[in-house]
Amino acid sequence: MLLWNHYPLNLPLKKARAMPIHTAHRLTDAASRIILGKEHAVRLALACILARGHLLIEDIPGVGKTTLAHVLARLLGLQFQRIQFTSDMLPADIVGVSVFDQREGAFRFHPGPVFAQLVLADEINRATPRAQSALLEAMEEHQISAEGRTWPLPEPFFVIATQNPADQIGTFPLPESQLDRFLMRISLGYPDRAAERALLAGDDRREILARLPTELKPGELDALFAATRAVHVGPRLLDYVQALLAHSREGAGFAVGLSPRAGLGLLASARAWALMAGRDHVLPEDVQAVLPAVAGHRLRAADETPLPPERLVCRLIEAVALP
Amino acid sequence: MSSLRPDQAGWLMASAAITLAPHTPHLPLALSAICALLLAWRGILVHGDRALPHRALLMVLAATIIAIVLVEFHHLFGKEPGIALLAGLLSLKLLETRSVRDGRAVVLLCFFMQLGQFLYQQNMAVAALAFIGAITTVASLLALQGFAEPPRARALAAARLILQGLPLMLVLFVLFPRVQGPLWGLPADAYNRVGGLSDSMAPGDFARLGESGAIAFRARFEGDPPPPAERYWRGPVLTRFDGHTWRSGPLRSSEQPAYRPQGIAYPYTLTLEAHNNHWLLALDFPAATPGLRFTDDYQLLAREPVQNRQRVTLLSYPHTPVGVEETAFNLRAALALPPGFNPRTRELGQRLRAEAKNPADIPDLAIAHFRQSRLNYTLEPLPLGRDDVDSFLFDTKQGFCEHFAAAFVVTLRAAGIPARVVTGYQGGEINPVDGTLIIRQSDAHAWTEAWLPGRGWIRIDPTAASAPQRIENGLAAALPDSTRLPFMLRADLAWLHGLRNRLDALNNSWNQWVLGYNPARQKELLGGLGFGQPDWQTLTALMGGGSLIVMGALTLWALRRRSSADAIDRSWALLCRRLASIGLPRDAWEGPLDYAHRLARQRPDLAETLTALATDYARLRYGPATADPLQSRRFHHSIKNFRPR
Repeated sequence: MLLWNHYPLNLPLKKARAMPIHTAHRLTDAASRIILGKEHAVRLALACILARGHLLIEDIPGVGKTTLAHVLARLLGLQFQRIQFTSDMLPADIVGVSVFDQREGAFRFHPGPVFAQLVLADEINRATPRAQSALLEAMEEHQISAEGRTWPLPEPFFVIATQNPADQIGTFPLPESQLDRFLMRISLGYPDRAAERALLAGDDRREILARLPTELKPGELDALFAATRAVHVGPRLLDYVQALLAHSREGAGFAVGLSPRAGLGLLASARAWALMAGRDHVLPEDVQAVLPAVAGHRLRAADETPLPPERLVCRLIEAVALP
Repeated sequence: MSSLRPDQAGWLMASAAITLAPHTPHLPLALSAICALLLAWRGILVHGDRALPHRALLMVLAATIIAIVLVEFHHLFGKEPGIALLAGLLSLKLLETRSVRDGRAVVLLCFFMQLGQFLYQQNMAVAALAFIGAITTVASLLALQGFAEPPRARALAAARLILQGLPLMLVLFVLFPRVQGPLWGLPADAYNRVGGLSDSMAPGDFARLGESGAIAFRARFEGDPPPPAERYWRGPVLTRFDGHTWRSGPLRSSEQPAYRPQGIAYPYTLTLEAHNNHWLLALDFPAATPGLRFTDDYQLLAREPVQNRQRVTLLSYPHTPVGVEETAFNLRAALALPPGFNPRTRELGQRLRAEAKNPADIPDLAIAHFRQSRLNYTLEPLPLGRDDVDSFLFDTKQGFCEHFAAAFVVTLRAAGIPARVVTGYQGGEINPVDGTLIIRQSDAHAWTEAWLPGRGWIRIDPTAASAPQRIENGLAAALPDSTRLPFMLRADLAWLHGLRNRLDALNNSWNQWVLGYNPARQKELLGGLGFGQPDWQTLTALMGGGSLIVMGALTLWALRRRSSADAIDRSWALLCRRLASIGLPRDAWEGPLDYAHRLARQRPDLAETLTALATDYARLRYGPATADPLQSRRFHHSIKNFRPR
């Protein structure tokens, strides 16, 4: 992989390895050893985490969605909980429930599985909107309201949700307003020939996962967040991002444009992407790289025949010249 | 048509307030109050985000304003009623300013009213006020034009615009062909408030002037000024006396003086404040000067009354003997005394005549008598009777210079010596800041001239007999300590004095170079710059050329500023053009690194250079600002040398 930045080569190895770019590389390398042939998706997922956003992975079953969430939790050393969404699920199954304690003579709140740093919401579109909204509220507020009290969720708090494409039977597709709360939506897709071969020939993924060590030392994740926030965004780049947003709202061919929240998310993701590319400033290329994941689930074409989201985003990119 | 934002309304109100405030001294009080109220009302409406008043109410207010103007001035035309009406209309207009278009009307009115200040006064303070007003109004115009911005940034932008206009203003000011006098006649009331000497003198006139600190004129000597005792600036000469008032005799004037200048000469330039009379205040005795006339009692006259500040360059010979061959007519006039006035003084004159062995001794005897009488020099003399010379000399013994001069002349005339009162200014004060001699109204003085056979007219200052310090050191030194002195004459306020000197030097340059910039000044300045004596065609050509140069320089400066920021972009565009010409165009949306990456695959031979250039461009364009011109120059250089084929 090509490194654009020119960090001092005479840096001591230990110090160099602590640089954010290296930490990010260590993470992507480790994840790519398990999720074979999906380096781009893995990097997007990591960028999403670094930008402190929630991730939606949309794909058919069995391509490694759950594994990716597991790997990320393991590598980042986050406390992990998995919630399998089903159609008969209730909000209390997610946020927790108050139970009457005989000995104390009072209700006691039993926190649900959402009280974790990284929550994997598996097959979120299988649950009813009521159950979905309980999780989505937690995502937005970073806290849970139950029994007239609020409980803060642990920090950092991430949700990685997976969903099957909506044309499958027995699903409740997420409404647009709730899709907007996910910073990115990515899909994995089938592995290519070589990756599939390695997958078939290799060890059981679950065993590898169990042996996977935590890559990050305590505090390293916070340092990564801080480094992401510190990536420089110049006025020219803001011009470009604004032009993109304006075109998505006013340009022909778009029914729904990008919200201000989407704009903020786009910048944050581009910062993370630039950091992972080893740069201290964001380029239009970074914005373009994360735009399909950030904007794909938010844009809607004005045409009758729906374009696939990637095509729509490409149309947006190609319509806006660099300032 | 868009409605006004709060910041736009705010700027308009600030402009109106700053424009109207300097007008309050000459607006009717009721009108000032109404304007202030209307402004405050608009402010409240903006603050509370409430609707503007109904049109009918505004009509009533407009009628009120017109009524006030009519009551105050009795008509609606002319300078003062016009300005008053406009002030009222400006405040009213704010209350019906709904759209940007209305806002522009307010801006126009503001600019007009700022010009209107100069109809009353043209000093530096007014100019400064108009300048501040102009900045605020330009800021309003900017606010009407663009987005909301912090007030500080907006004001700075307006100031920058005005500063950019200054060079052009200077070119137009210096080079616009000047005409003599004002372009249009100012209303007659412009001149009626000028104080100073008059062509008559009665007891008490000079004491009143003595309290005025206003400047009468300034003189700048080439070389050393004469000693204070010789600084007699001759104004009206008063020969006729009716027992109470002294008046000037019949004036016969010619272009040549009736004397031949002799002795030491003092060249100097006078800058006279307007006094609405013909006389100029020359140091005795000036040589012939083109355009000026001399009376036969040696007054220097201008052809026109001095209605504007005027500059005259003169050459004076203080030791010239004058009037040795005076006409019998003039001598007779200088001996006349009205019958039935001042019997005691006449008696004194006859006694002196009898005592004197030689008539030429009489003035000395009279001075000696004045000294013995212990006359007091004071700014506040006691009231005098019908025979005011008698009561001054023998009863009250308190007087100011005009009392001394009148009494002395009456005494001499009674003794048969022709004598007359000369008024003018005596002394003056050198401003250490710019070296000019400043003569104030408080330096007004009256002295006498006596005619002796074979010697002609000699100056005798009877005030010197009782208060010689008046002549040597000025008024303040001569008065007893108990006298209530005009504020500015007090010696213990030295710092105030210094401040006033500095301010005065500044004012003098303003008068000389801004207000007094007339055709003569213009010729002088351009002559000094090597343009000789330009006619108006040359001036127009110079002005056009100068304006073009200034505009060109400003345009170049603006272009340069833009291009230095865009040098990196232009280099990058050059690279893209070169690559496009060999069939490798960049898509408009394509980022530099992606572009280099794509080309690197198509043209591996260029890969290294392209990647390096694209990386440099990306860092220079999007990276944290490094104020390192070297980097961008190196980048430009490497692109210039990169010629792909």
